Amino acid sequence: MTYDDVVSFSGSAGLIFFMVLFAVVLIYALRPGNKRKFDDAARIPFKED
Amino acid sequence: MTDGHTRAVAGTTYGTGALLVLGAILGLFLVAGATDSVMSFHGVLFVAFCVLGVYWLIARQFGGEKDAGRAATEDARYNDGVVRAGVIASTFWGVVGFTVGLVIALQLAFPVLNLDLPWTTFGRLRPLHTSAVVFAFGGNVLIATSFHVVQRTCRARLAGDSASWFVFWGYNLFIVIAASGYVLGVTQAKEYAEPEWYADLWLTVVWVVYLLVFLATLWKRKEPHIYVANWFYLAFIVTVAMLHIVNGLAVPVSWTGTASYSLFAGVQSALTQWWYGHNAVGFFLTAGFLGIMYYFIPKQAERPVYSYRLSIVHFWTLIFLYIWAGPHHLHYTALPDWAQTLGMTFSIMLWMPSWGGMINGLMTLSGAWDKLRTDPVIRMLVISVAFYGMSTFEGPVMSIKAVNSLSHYTDWTIGHVHSGALGWVGFVSFGAIYFLTPVLWHRQRLYSLKLVNLHFWVATIGILLYITAMWVSGILQGLMWRAYDSLGFLEYSFVETVEAMHPFYVIRAAGGALFVVGGLIMAYNVWRTIRGDLRDEAPVSSQPSLAATPAE
Amino acid sequence: MIKHATIEKNSILLTVLTLIVVSIGGLVEIAPLFYLESTIEKVEGMRPYTPLELAGRKVYIREGCYNCHSQMIRPMRDEVERYGHYSLAAESMYDHPFQWGSKRTGPDLARVGGRYSDDWHVAHMIDPRALVPESVMPGYPFLAETPLDFSLIEAELKANRTVGVPYDDVMIENAAADLKAQVDPDGEGVDEMLARYPKAQVRDFDSNPSMISELDAMIAYLQILGTLVDFEAYQADENLR
Repeated sequence: MTYDDVVSFSGSAGLIFFMVLFAVVLIYALRPGNKRKFDDAARIPFKED
Repeated sequence: MTDGHTRAVAGTTYGTGALLVLGAILGLFLVAGATDSVMSFHGVLFVAFCVLGVYWLIARQFGGEKDAGRAATEDARYNDGVVRAGVIASTFWGVVGFTVGLVIALQLAFPVLNLDLPWTTFGRLRPLHTSAVVFAFGGNVLIATSFHVVQRTCRARLAGDSASWFVFWGYNLFIVIAASGYVLGVTQAKEYAEPEWYADLWLTVVWVVYLLVFLATLWKRKEPHIYVANWFYLAFIVTVAMLHIVNGLAVPVSWTGTASYSLFAGVQSALTQWWYGHNAVGFFLTAGFLGIMYYFIPKQAERPVYSYRLSIVHFWTLIFLYIWAGPHHLHYTALPDWAQTLGMTFSIMLWMPSWGGMINGLMTLSGAWDKLRTDPVIRMLVISVAFYGMSTFEGPVMSIKAVNSLSHYTDWTIGHVHSGALGWVGFVSFGAIYFLTPVLWHRQRLYSLKLVNLHFWVATIGILLYITAMWVSGILQGLMWRAYDSLGFLEYSFVETVEAMHPFYVIRAAGGALFVVGGLIMAYNVWRTIRGDLRDEAPVSSQPSLAATPAE
Repeated sequence: MIKHATIEKNSILLTVLTLIVVSIGGLVEIAPLFYLESTIEKVEGMRPYTPLELAGRKVYIREGCYNCHSQMIRPMRDEVERYGHYSLAAESMYDHPFQWGSKRTGPDLARVGGRYSDDWHVAHMIDPRALVPESVMPGYPFLAETPLDFSLIEAELKANRTVGVPYDDVMIENAAADLKAQVDPDGEGVDEMLARYPKAQVRDFDSNPSMISELDAMIAYLQILGTLVDFEAYQADENLR
């Protein structure tokens, strides 16, 4: 592996990987169907007693 | 209590006991064969720890009636004992660490205070300060709060009763071994990773048990969802384990001596170290403390986190981006350019998740901003998030190579670290300690909210003095180093730039002194609260509030 | 694809995914440094430390000198004029660990070797403000009074060899003898020591012939810093990357 390989790897594969990961997280977090579940989860700290 | 629970407790008791007996034998070997006096001292410490631990286990197992009675009442539902111990240890180490920081700040202003003795010079005390505040204070806060939060958000008792105590005492033994080692001249010479190989190995054992206790508690949970604060704690535990093990790889000179040589040399050693060093910031001082933010701010504000969705995006982007940022500590060094550029790019991108988290913390208060006026504890928590936002903006700016060429090697870095450490880590920890003390000791409220208010202002002024002094001295020194006179010669000798720092070092020490005073106020308040005292006082603001219920 | 709901409910999955996510950065950044040939330049003159220099480096580390002194000159006009040629990766290739530092409360020491006399170092270590009144450096008078403990010097070299420093068997066998030879220019074994460690400086560094002190070792270390690489022979262009 040479310097150029590292450059091309971080420039393409890395970028694609990162964008895909980010998109997956975003889609999941913003999907309307998940709203109720998240509202429940956010109330967990108040359920203890 | 169920049979299964009793069996599980007995199981971890025997497991811990076996580990301790093994440790005692190992410690005896270290003492017997020690090639230097520090190793025999640390060997004795280790044997004493193990013997005391075995004694404690036996006393608990067979003198069980009194303990069983107590467990049946207040501590049956949650294991609060180890969290209480953590709160006390955090307060103690906080005051110690801040005080050592003040001492070394004064040494830079007045070098005669080095005393020119081996054990008291800046070079040996500075690691003592950084380890005492980061690992002793911060680490105990993280262990205590994570044990508290994981129990409450899982609605389950902490797994492995004696294992959790092993984590607490074992971790504090690591602190004592590391700290006494620095003063006696034992160090690996890697910033924030100074403990030598044997202390590192011990911490690894403790950390694995910590991870198991945390995971096993998650497995017992009665809540289907794992609350987001626990994600941050989990990421902190797992990533710190990875960083600690890789960066600590070393070959000891002798198996019964303190010294070792790092597996890596030169440029590889530099990047491994700062990969570790920056993620000690990212995962120890950020992810772990974000776990605190995501639990204690909602609790103290009595409203759920602003956006749970944002917290998910915050979590994954933060942990993905942080790990790349290390090379920005090595700009313009002999580290290859591609690595520097990569580090800079990710550091700048890191600004976004950091501010996402800040917004999430701050906006939790939306609709309840009046609490800022009436509740000094929530004010402390909110200001900590504001400082988090400030230093996570400053950080990406300083990671830009052009800025870094000026700021690197100067006090600007020190100021940046302290705006994060004093402002963010310090205040969010103080907020958590103030929240936890009345809860854990079953008190109606803190001894005095007025004192919390006083602590808040004294410490805030201290921080402002500290960071403004370091901005000025850092930028001034950076500019003086690169200043040329009209004939094209360097305008200042190095020592002239040192001389110019003196007034700022005095101001910085004054700021640090205020921060120490704040820590002492907190320790006093915590102590009186534990004793069960209530100071007769009016609420902090003229308006009555939920948090500041007047004494009856 | 795994549903995030599964991740949220499964602690092991959460742990493993976290570990994967946080591993990527380190792997991509650190791993190539070990096999990209361009990472460390080809230079002439670098050699492992002599036993005395290595012992001095240990004192340097023990006293935490890296807290205030860098050993990494950046390629900027003012730094190069103030301290000398910018530091090369090759110059710390035998430093386990690196001593680049992160703060210059005191000046950079990457090329301090040969800049000051031994006598200056002796006086400066005992009382820095006697020579530089504005200095904020602690005094280290105890170094001159403490005999150097080199009972483990062979094991020190061996440990270094284990982590990759090219000490050979002869060097390890003669570690203690070489250490003594370096402070005794009229004694035996100096030529052999010099053959093993070219450019080593041989003299009684602290001018106290009655013992080999920690100060001897410290000064021997400081005086070699930055002097090994032959910059006449160094071709920066060959290392363009």
